[in-house]
Amino acid sequence: MKQHGTKNAGARNRRKFLADTARTACGVGLTGLALAHLATAAKSRPVAALRPPGAGAENAFLSACIRCGLCVNDCPYPTLGLARIEDDVAVGTPYFVARDVPCEMCDDIPCVAACPTGALDKGLTNIDNARMGLAVLTDEETCLNFQGLRCDVCYRVCPVMGKAITLEYQPNTRTGKHASFIPTVHSEACTGCGKCEHACVLEDAAIKVLPSHIAKGKLGKHYRLGWKEKEKKGEALVKGITDLPDRMPDSAAEAKP
Amino acid sequence: MSTKRYPGRDAIKTKGWFAAHRWLLLRRLSQFGFLALFMIGPMSGYYLVKGSIASSLTLDTLPLTDPYILLQTLAAGNVPEMTALIGALIVVAVYLVVGGRVYCAWVCPINIITDAAHWLRVRLDIHGGLKFTKAARYWVLGMTLVVAFLTGVVAWELVNPVTMIYRGLIFGLGWAWGAALALFLFDLLISERGWCGHLCPVGAFYGTLGKAAVFRVSAIHRDDCDDCMDCYAVCPEQQVLPPALKGARSGTGPVIDAGACTNCGRCIDVCALDIFQFGSRFAGPTATTSRSATDHDLKKAA
Repeated sequence: MKQHGTKNAGARNRRKFLADTARTACGVGLTGLALAHLATAAKSRPVAALRPPGAGAENAFLSACIRCGLCVNDCPYPTLGLARIEDDVAVGTPYFVARDVPCEMCDDIPCVAACPTGALDKGLTNIDNARMGLAVLTDEETCLNFQGLRCDVCYRVCPVMGKAITLEYQPNTRTGKHASFIPTVHSEACTGCGKCEHACVLEDAAIKVLPSHIAKGKLGKHYRLGWKEKEKKGEALVKGITDLPDRMPDSAAEAKP
Repeated sequence: MSTKRYPGRDAIKTKGWFAAHRWLLLRRLSQFGFLALFMIGPMSGYYLVKGSIASSLTLDTLPLTDPYILLQTLAAGNVPEMTALIGALIVVAVYLVVGGRVYCAWVCPINIITDAAHWLRVRLDIHGGLKFTKAARYWVLGMTLVVAFLTGVVAWELVNPVTMIYRGLIFGLGWAWGAALALFLFDLLISERGWCGHLCPVGAFYGTLGKAAVFRVSAIHRDDCDDCMDCYAVCPEQQVLPPALKGARSGTGPVIDAGACTNCGRCIDVCALDIFQFGSRFAGPTATTSRSATDHDLKKAA
């Protein structure tokens, strides 16, 4: 009789254990789903939020950054901050908004030196090689230089002056006799520090630093530019092509001689 | 279990108020002390300690890194640099000596919040609510690592209230106080000792580490126990007490060797008979030193 009782108790305990385990597993599983959703959403960083130098691609950064704030402590300017809950950037990760405080591009890159995990790559030893983003003149319609005025502020504050932003001459078609100086960004030199965006005199900057993957296009791997291939080879790629006379528009033909 | 409303009254009578709150006071001092060490830097501009609880640099030489967060980055597919690895190893080594969940009781700021919630819960006589199994936190711990692995993001740190509040106090709180309030209300109204006692994966991680820890609480004078239940009333992990306290007959040693014990020392405080003591787990498997009956009686009579 007694044995029967213990057997029942054992079965009851077993059932309770299984029920408890199932309940816990379901609850934790659902929480995990919500967390995974949150983690996936965190990968889409707002365009205005830039990572410190050496951060690399956002996915890699989010797998490596432990949100300790050592980079923020060692940033000598009020540039870097850690994302708060309400900030729309992955909670606790370091970022800066160029329009507020841009990166001053310290020579010794103290933020990278401070990072204990490698989320900021120690391979970055020359700050000119940093690629925090890429400046893009997003609005020709408001940029003062495009109106034929000599603003040039973005050009002049650029730490890589004359390389990352150059001024390209263009005829000013409004006056018919002046030149426009068009600020032109070159991706091979722009570090994405945000000084140009910060300094733009407009109410909303006409030049903005965007994440490189948004700013840049990419040529198909199979694509070849004929004139470059020709230059590489030192001669025409296909020989013996009959060169027909160029047919110019009448006006051009008249103007030519 | 109906918890006593005012445990430790006898202890205060026999030992005095300060002796009956000794470890509690030291613990609060330690928790606020660690926080102060981190906060002095940003407030004064002179940094003794840089960083936060996730990873820090003391006096520009000693790196310390939370091994649980580092484990999350490993699961997310990142191989950390030497500094973080060394920092985590130092932390692991320290907790293997002092007890894993010493983190919970002596360092973590959330403990202050949930202890306050429990204190109020007892005084307001709030009962019932959501119950979790003691295994729940290990499930949560596993879940955080699985999610990190699947998403490639150190996901738990997006919501982890421990690091969130610590980071907030050092680098700007924002709405993080909302997380603190939510935890307080959760422990007060929804689940008794719900967060620290049942769900927090940080505690689960350090508890796992603590299974092998050296420094432990021992019910060394357990033969004198008069079953007043004060230690049960204050213990945040009551399941760890019986094997050590009542294990004499089954041959279990007096050392509390469960990983869940936080080494908070509150049982030492509230015991009027001084049954508990901090000591080493290597004190011997069944070593109990019983004081003579006359000694015991004298103490009771006093």
